[in-house]
Amino acid sequence: MQVFYFLAILFLAFRFKKDFRFVPAYEKWKPFFNYAWLAMLLYAFSQHQFGDIATGFIGILLLSAALYYLEKEPDFKPLKFHLQSHYPLLAVGLVDNLTQLLFPAFYEHWDTYFIFAILGSFGWIYARWATAKKQREELLKANSRNAELDRLVNERTAELTSQKNELQATVKLLQATQAQLIQQEKLASLGELTAGIAHEIQNPLNFVNNFSEVSMELIDEMTEEIERGNTTEVVAIATDLKQNLQKIIHHGQRADGIVKGMLQHSRSGGDSKEPGDINKLADEYLRLAYHGLRAKDKTFNASLITNFADNLPMISMVMQDVGRVLLNMFNNAFYAVQQKKALLGADFKPTVEVTTSLHNKNLQIAVKDNGTGIPDAVKEKIMQPFFTTKPTGEGTGLGLSLSYDIIVKAHGGSIDIVSTEGEGATFIISLPV
Amino acid sequence: MKILVVDDEADVQPLFLQRFRKEIREHELEFDFALSGEEALTYLEAKHSEVVLILSDINMPGMSGIDLLSRIRHQYDAPPPVVMMITAYGDEENHRKAMDNGANDFLTKPLDFNLLKQKLKTLAT
Repeated sequence: MQVFYFLAILFLAFRFKKDFRFVPAYEKWKPFFNYAWLAMLLYAFSQHQFGDIATGFIGILLLSAALYYLEKEPDFKPLKFHLQSHYPLLAVGLVDNLTQLLFPAFYEHWDTYFIFAILGSFGWIYARWATAKKQREELLKANSRNAELDRLVNERTAELTSQKNELQATVKLLQATQAQLIQQEKLASLGELTAGIAHEIQNPLNFVNNFSEVSMELIDEMTEEIERGNTTEVVAIATDLKQNLQKIIHHGQRADGIVKGMLQHSRSGGDSKEPGDINKLADEYLRLAYHGLRAKDKTFNASLITNFADNLPMISMVMQDVGRVLLNMFNNAFYAVQQKKALLGADFKPTVEVTTSLHNKNLQIAVKDNGTGIPDAVKEKIMQPFFTTKPTGEGTGLGLSLSYDIIVKAHGGSIDIVSTEGEGATFIISLPV
Repeated sequence: MKILVVDDEADVQPLFLQRFRKEIREHELEFDFALSGEEALTYLEAKHSEVVLILSDINMPGMSGIDLLSRIRHQYDAPPPVVMMITAYGDEENHRKAMDNGANDFLTKPLDFNLLKQKLKTLAT
């Protein structure tokens, strides 16, 4: 029975050797704990020499001394909890030995219980150790799980960050692409014009050539008449010649104007506003649009009605941009009437009407067509970029949104749409004077 | 010979009048002008029996030359006037369309007046 105190000391030594191997204090204390084996020898000796009770007291004393000393040493702080577990054994041992000493008969009678008490308190030391160990392990597991979660979170964050960066790069790319598409749209509308423009230039050039040729003939005639002395006839011919030259100038200037207009249209920069005549602009682009369309589709025909108000003030605008807007409106109008013609056939008379007027402080250009009209559902979306009702490949859907940008954002004006599905549409551009 | 010239460009008038100066002076040819298909038809309502030749532009706003041509062929067939189409678009399709609709001839702009004069000579005979 008394062996337990000595065993406790021995086990303490074992515990130390096992758990403290990697602690710096280990080397310092190692020699002492090797002496723990002496405790067993002491036990054996004492039991033999001094008997049971004395051995018991020696054991308790030794254990207490060991515990006391160890608790005081800061090196053993981690073991403190474990050391405290030994107190019940000490207490029970003390009671046990005192009772044995002072009340032997009582002790004899109840010695089974005393034995259990000692066994129990001895076992308690290690049971508690086991529980504590288990708790420590749980804690470790929880910590390692936390560490694992932290790692996963970091991984995730890194993933998301890289995705975000990718998306940002994609957005930049899309913006660049959009800018490219808008530029292409502008070039495309220029391309459409080219055929129309070629025709437009050819007409005045024909006149220049024809009137020049005719004038040559007239001069030959004039020479004859001079030789014949027909002064009246000569004067008549001279008048004709002068008229012809005037016509040549007129048509030459027409061609010049068209080329200038085309050059302006192709320039992508140039945001300077200049005062301009909206009637002239509308007329020029109407013809251009018409001829451009006819160059592509020779069967196309439409009545062009122009109602240009007189005495409209010059308005400050970026000419090629507003021209582009008008071109877009005209092209849309022609497309609409073309569609309707395809449906209704020969009896339908496509008509596109352009009206300019002054309303309060606003210059209004109304482009009216009797084409297919715009359904209400489409009316709201029509100004959105990339929205088109044309079949794939035929329209970029950028025309009206660009027009909106030009008229509303750059010039502070507005675009209104009045339309009845099946009957036609009117686009009204308002520009502040 | 009365000739109707249909073209939306007003400047063709002095051109014709000067080019055919001699012929007009000698009353060989007489020219009238219409600025649109509609105008031409109105003119023809009154003068169709007098007009021997119609020279028409194809691409005009409103009624096209081809349109005018087919109407002339439908309405005025006794006797049918000679109709020649003049146009800047001298391509196959236009040519075919003009011929399909009953045009007698097809000329391209810029007009070769000498060629036209020759054709008129053959017509007169």
